Amino acid sequence: MSTEFLSGDEAFAEGVRLARPDVISAYPITPQTVVVERLSEMVADGSLDATYLHVESEHSALSAAIGASTTGVRTFTATSSQGLLYMAEGLTYASGGGFPIVMMNANRSTALPWNIYGDQRDALSLLDHGWIQAYAVDAQEALDLALMAYRIAEDERVMTPFMVNLDGFALTHTYETVEVPTQEDADRFLPPYQTTNRFDLEHPVSIGFSAGPDTNDIFKYREHERMMQVFDVLPQAEEEFAEVFGRRYPGVVDPYRCDDAEFVIITLGTVAGLVHDVVDRLREAGTKVGCLRLRYLRPFPTEALVEALDDAKAVAVLEKDISFGHTGTVFADVSTALQGAHLDLEAYNFIGGLGGRDINAADIETIFTTLQRGDTDTLHFLGMGA
Amino acid sequence: MKPYIREQKTFDQETCPQFPTFEAGYLVGGNGDWRSYRPVLDTEACVGCLNCYLYCPDGAIAPDEAAEVGSRGAVLIDYDFCKGCGICAKQCKVGALTMEEEPR
Repeated sequence: MSTEFLSGDEAFAEGVRLARPDVISAYPITPQTVVVERLSEMVADGSLDATYLHVESEHSALSAAIGASTTGVRTFTATSSQGLLYMAEGLTYASGGGFPIVMMNANRSTALPWNIYGDQRDALSLLDHGWIQAYAVDAQEALDLALMAYRIAEDERVMTPFMVNLDGFALTHTYETVEVPTQEDADRFLPPYQTTNRFDLEHPVSIGFSAGPDTNDIFKYREHERMMQVFDVLPQAEEEFAEVFGRRYPGVVDPYRCDDAEFVIITLGTVAGLVHDVVDRLREAGTKVGCLRLRYLRPFPTEALVEALDDAKAVAVLEKDISFGHTGTVFADVSTALQGAHLDLEAYNFIGGLGGRDINAADIETIFTTLQRGDTDTLHFLGMGA
Repeated sequence: MKPYIREQKTFDQETCPQFPTFEAGYLVGGNGDWRSYRPVLDTEACVGCLNCYLYCPDGAIAPDEAAEVGSRGAVLIDYDFCKGCGICAKQCKVGALTMEEEPR
């Protein structure tokens, strides 16, 4: 193990290197570019033994990754924003076909207006495409998720592609000290990829056949069941991760001072760090507040979320996303979970950080104040006076 | 050589594979079952020029290997793969191929 000073993108590239992918297929786009630059350098200098495919678009990047995965090898791709949207057609081919590709997505605003900065509309708008989605809070978790993503995605019970999300700039371009594991430890945690869902000259198969109305639903049902297996596979994988690397992750959600919390901000990604700071300050003043960070958005952590909100009187979902004409996408999912559990609490939605707009401590305090006093409106836009 | 076709597979909840991946050689449906018209060969009119064999875009027409080259009616039509496009009938110079409506 070595301690290095890395950006989120660089840390993720180190994680991918340690995972030993056989094929990397990617097209550069801000703010993901550094990841694919680092990986191409690693392939060029021999520190990563992989085939690096220079493709002409994101659609081709994912298509080539799917093609590589059908030969039974470990594959990686990365993108952001419009690039992810351009990949959208391929997403369902990868998930429906059971190809455990790992992708890093740098969360970035979607056009128009054109904007290169961070928000989460790109990935959240694609939650329904059958990929596991995790959101990192810092560079260390980003590196660790690169290894975890392959471990989970390639588990024979799961066999589902995995998208790791890093907040654009706030995480992709921010430097932190990161512990980079040794290759030996990484190999102990992540065995080589093995599958029968592949082309094989000895046992010829037809891959990606059509299924009409008589069987199509069976395949979709199984795809759902595979995704739900993450709840069983993740705890064991995180236990082994802690044994090998000495870092313990809390599962699908990351509760912070939620035990007796009456007012909780539910959020995802890097902004959780700021919420923690404000929670600490308000706790010192005697207010029972907490933060619940959703680490996984698919599968959606309904059970863990409901459990963490045991004592909550009011919650706010803070997200860098809006599903125009409705609410934030995360709020909609959280509301479904709360309704299913029949929890008697007020739920509010705060939209902020769109197009890279900074969310500051005063914003977080405003949210907690709203939770304490209550409000007639469910949906609020930070900074819009709405 | 005519491809080897196995009988069509049907799946239920128990037998359905985990992914849409399966042993090669099975068809998900009859490969010509949407054909509206089929080419029918008049073996008396056919002069064995093999033009239809050359033009068929799907390789569904082949020389009859048992017949002498150039003899009358020396082609075989594989109705498992023929889509009924009619190109063979259109290009046949002696009018030996006619398109007949499939019974529904």
